[in-house]
Amino acid sequence: MFSRDNWKEIFETIQKNKLRTFLSGFTVALGILIFVVLFGFGNGLINTFDEFFGDDATNVFFIFPGRTTMPYKGYKSNRQIEFDNSDLADIEKNFPLFLEYSSPRIFRQDTVKYKNESNSYQTIGVGPAHQFSEMTIIMKGRYLNKLDIKNKTKNAVIGRLVEQDLFGAKNAIGKYIDIAGSAFKVIGVFQDDGGDREERAVFLPYTTRQLIEKNTDKIGQIVVGFKPQIGYAGAMAFEKSLDKFIREKKYISPQDQNGLFIRNVADQLKQNQQFARVLQIIVGFVAFGTIIAGIIGISNIMVFVVKERTKELGIRKALGATPKSVIGTILLESVFITTISGFVGMLLGIAILSSMGEKLKDFFITNPYIDMPMAIIATVILIIFGAIAGYVPARRAARIKPIVALRDE
Amino acid sequence: MLDGIESESTNKTTMIEINDLHKSYKMGSNSLHVLKGLNFSIKEGELVAIMGSSGSGKSTLLNILGMLDEADTGDYTLDNVPIKNLNETKAAKYRNKFLGFVFQSFNLINYKSAMENVALPLYYQKVPRKEREEKALKYLGQVGLREWATHLPNELSGGQKQRVAIARAMAAEPKVLLADEPTGALDSKTSYEVMDLIQKINDDGNTILVVTHEEDIAHMCKRIVHLKDGVIVEDKKVKQVRAAQYV
Repeated sequence: MFSRDNWKEIFETIQKNKLRTFLSGFTVALGILIFVVLFGFGNGLINTFDEFFGDDATNVFFIFPGRTTMPYKGYKSNRQIEFDNSDLADIEKNFPLFLEYSSPRIFRQDTVKYKNESNSYQTIGVGPAHQFSEMTIIMKGRYLNKLDIKNKTKNAVIGRLVEQDLFGAKNAIGKYIDIAGSAFKVIGVFQDDGGDREERAVFLPYTTRQLIEKNTDKIGQIVVGFKPQIGYAGAMAFEKSLDKFIREKKYISPQDQNGLFIRNVADQLKQNQQFARVLQIIVGFVAFGTIIAGIIGISNIMVFVVKERTKELGIRKALGATPKSVIGTILLESVFITTISGFVGMLLGIAILSSMGEKLKDFFITNPYIDMPMAIIATVILIIFGAIAGYVPARRAARIKPIVALRDE
Repeated sequence: MLDGIESESTNKTTMIEINDLHKSYKMGSNSLHVLKGLNFSIKEGELVAIMGSSGSGKSTLLNILGMLDEADTGDYTLDNVPIKNLNETKAAKYRNKFLGFVFQSFNLINYKSAMENVALPLYYQKVPRKEREEKALKYLGQVGLREWATHLPNELSGGQKQRVAIARAMAAEPKVLLADEPTGALDSKTSYEVMDLIQKINDDGNTILVVTHEEDIAHMCKRIVHLKDGVIVEDKKVKQVRAAQYV
């Protein structure tokens, strides 16, 4: 069946029936191309999703103070809760088993100046551990350290875009910038995968921020990083006891929904993962549909091809072609065309995907890709089903009496 | 040559032998009895015309002889091989080995050149490509179309197409050449050219069966079998009219 002579016969037939070859080849190539591109876009969507939610550490709680809505233990309702340094110290002291690090966050919006350039940026008073919770990447210089906190130094770590805005192409390290009327020395420049907004921020030692604000000991939010090894259940338990601890210390009713907020990223992470899984299922479904459409397409073409060739097959049978050789001719031809065009479509799709990169980021598609085994499996499936789809009409054609086939016009 | 008919048919071996051949077609509830017990034999080297009006069963007979169709009852022996209970594969092999077909509508494969068409039966005989092409050219030469070898069928005239078809039928070197109205689609001049060719092939000792409804074509054969309503009404030897004189 696979002799050189057979192949020559098939090549000649393919060469001399260009339209037919083109039609079936085009169907398969297009099917695979669409499959690869769609699947790749789906992956790009998941990439974007991961990027949105994957730039911060996942073993983190954010604790926000609120305003009470219930009276509790002699305290009236509508009382603004505020955290101070002692709360931070207490949390660290009471949860050594769970806690990995903690940091306060004091958000302000300030005008930042360097020479003639000035702009309004978010400044965040933080501790050294804040680097881990935000996954801040230091590009040059260093992050804030314990000494900065202890000595209340006027050091600042600025975002990549802050440096770009204020310093242009120049190096900001060691330069002094004016933040809300005080001079700060730039000790580091950071980048963050969280996007432009997060790179237009300035980190200051929270103690320095407190000093500027009349030596207060108030802190805005508390970020608590827990040990990853305590797992999801451990994180949930930790959240519960942390909540209870703070409510007791701050006299907030356990039933009060608004006195205290704890944002648990672990919980969010689980949701995100579920969402990503749903995305993947949708992508898989679409891809499956494309393959089915491709199979139907190739089946139609095969029926058409066999119908068109009925008379030719009748002639061949009258000249001594056995049913086996009739089926073999049709199948080898179709498998050959589908294989070549399938892989052409696949490679074309992969080429399109890899040329996309970040170009479709506006449409939430980042670095679309398809893994090679997946692309190859899909192509092979289409080829196999193309062969099966071709086999049915081919077998019927082989069974037609030559006298009937010859009458076909 | 013409007066040698008698001795020729007695000395040679029997090529085709049919005995009490019946064939009927189911047409809805009633069946149409097309062949009602045919008997005859054809010896090697004969040139036989099967005549009859349409519906006489001549095409059905040819299809059965050509193993394109099967008889209901009766025996058919081709070159001492009983043709019975053939599956498709076996029928295809016998067709390839024993028979050459010439059709009214030529039935050339339109995307293959004249030479490739002629070489096709040899492909199914698994003859190597080179040998196939040589043989195809040889037979194209015999029908006078060697220089047309690379042309596609639609670049040829009707007569040329039929000559290519005859070359194709001969290429497999069959025991019997079956021609179904070989001149049916041709004008009379071209018809005579084709008959001339068929006569020459017959002169070389090939057994040929021609189905026709044209008297003049039939008389260019050496024997005429008349079919009417599924029975042989006449089976006579005739003095062959040479087609060459009209060409």
